[in-house]
Amino acid sequence: MSAPRPFVVVASRELRSYFATPLAGVFLVVFIFLAGIFSFSLGGLYERGQADLRPFFQFAPWLFLFLAPAVSMRLWAEERRLGTVEILTTLPLPLWQVVLGKFLAAWGFCVLALVATVPLWVTVSWLGDPDHGAIIAGYAAAAMLSGVYLAIGSVISAFTKNQVIAFVVTAVACFLSLLCGYPVVLDFFKGWLPDGVADAIAGVSILTHYQSMMRGVIELRDAIYFVSAIVALVTATAITIDWRKAA
Amino acid sequence: MIQTRNQMALLIDAIGLTKTFGGIRAVDDVSITVSSGEVVGFLGPNGAGKTTTMRMLTGFLHPTAGSVRLGGVDIDEDPIAARRHFGYLPEGAPAYPDMTVREYLNFIAAARGIAGTERRAAIDTVAARVHLRGVMAQTIETLSKGFKRRVGIAQAILHDPKVLIMDEPTDGLDPNQKHEVRQLIREMGKTKAIVLSTHILEEVEAVCTRAVVITAGRVVFDGTPSEFEARAPASVTRHRMDHVFRELTAAAAEVSA
Ligand SMILES: Nc1ncnc2c1ncn2[C@@H]1O[C@H](COP(=O)(O)OP(=O)(O)OP(=O)(O)O)[C@@H](O)[C@H]1O
Ligand SMILES: [Mg+2]
Repeated sequence: MSAPRPFVVVASRELRSYFATPLAGVFLVVFIFLAGIFSFSLGGLYERGQADLRPFFQFAPWLFLFLAPAVSMRLWAEERRLGTVEILTTLPLPLWQVVLGKFLAAWGFCVLALVATVPLWVTVSWLGDPDHGAIIAGYAAAAMLSGVYLAIGSVISAFTKNQVIAFVVTAVACFLSLLCGYPVVLDFFKGWLPDGVADAIAGVSILTHYQSMMRGVIELRDAIYFVSAIVALVTATAITIDWRKAA
Repeated sequence: MIQTRNQMALLIDAIGLTKTFGGIRAVDDVSITVSSGEVVGFLGPNGAGKTTTMRMLTGFLHPTAGSVRLGGVDIDEDPIAARRHFGYLPEGAPAYPDMTVREYLNFIAAARGIAGTERRAAIDTVAARVHLRGVMAQTIETLSKGFKRRVGIAQAILHDPKVLIMDEPTDGLDPNQKHEVRQLIREMGKTKAIVLSTHILEEVEAVCTRAVVITAGRVVFDGTPSEFEARAPASVTRHRMDHVFRELTAAAAEVSA
């Protein structure tokens, strides 16, 4: 029996710590509740006369805007506040594996929240005949979106001891990244910025990639966007931790 | 041959450690060498730079200047190998409050690659050594200060390291526990290189083979506890070590002022 990889050791400790308090459960319940409301009432499932999860996936970027920062705020801010960062970073574990392990635990939690909405899928399947391919694409897009949000939160959490600050700054950063994908905002930029710059803004917006992936066409461009954003932000977290561990 | 043997015994080799925080020199050109069988007591007033120095020894802080070798391995060149050689009790004995003592020690063991029956044996051994058996199933946040400190010591010695770095290991312990921990350190000191910091001068006399006094980031004394005490004039009959400590730290404070 070989020893588990360091990132697995770190991730399992982290993931278990989420469930040490009832808070994680409360978050999951609120998430599922809101997901249900968005899908069935606000989404106008009955009025549209179409059984699918489109409304849920359209609202998911907004739902994760509160769930992801709430999960990521603890990642490093809590380690700093407790002083356990000093133990964690002097154990014989490569820093990138520690950072990755903590990030994966947070991501695992958000994926768990998505998995917990599967009853919605079952319900729409029962009510009608949804496009299952589109639903799977929607789940994949939502999982990637939450990953980017969490990676943003991971970097921000590495900068502070204060979880409230980490939460607010992360939520604002994710909100801005979302906002600059909306046509209204893009049109505003297009009015006075060169076309190239406006396109670049649309290119970095998470919403543009999310919506294209959600539509069911998993394009290489979007996949590269999500993966490289996560890799870059997790790397930035490791650099930040190494640079200002004791501060 | 003698040369190689000396190098093998030299487990901590720190040269010219300097750390500045925003222009302020917290640690200034500190060199420490510790061999197997030595217990070095780090003394100095509050803010002298003891914790900062220990953080550089463990690689938690990158020194502004200077280098650290642990067990012959440069901590910057091969941090993972260097970290395997030591156990570390950081200042304040931090630990995850929502974990039970057993879960926490399990995590530390897993992180150190100790698995299976070996892990159970290692945890049982340290639990017995620092008297944690009765609280293994308790979450760390519910422990008293002294028990938290013992958990910190337990995680530091779990893998039986050759090098042990402990920032105020007896702080917050009751007299019985102080006695026990000192005995444990003395015993481990026979085969390990140990650096500990303390504000209790008697502790240095009781457990250390060497005392290093640091003030305003500089080493002002490095010698045996008896050499330390011998610095007091014969006219001083009581609290001789306190007298020497005051003299040493006051002189340096004047120099730096
Ligand atoms: N992260 C930091 N940023 C700025 N200054 C720091 C930092 N860490 C330590 N210092 C400063 O460095 C100096 C040495 O602090 P250090 O904690 O090493 O002292 P110490 O000898 O351990 O003191 P004590 O006996 O109170 O534990 C102090 O002046 C302290 O304010
Ligand atoms: Mg200190």
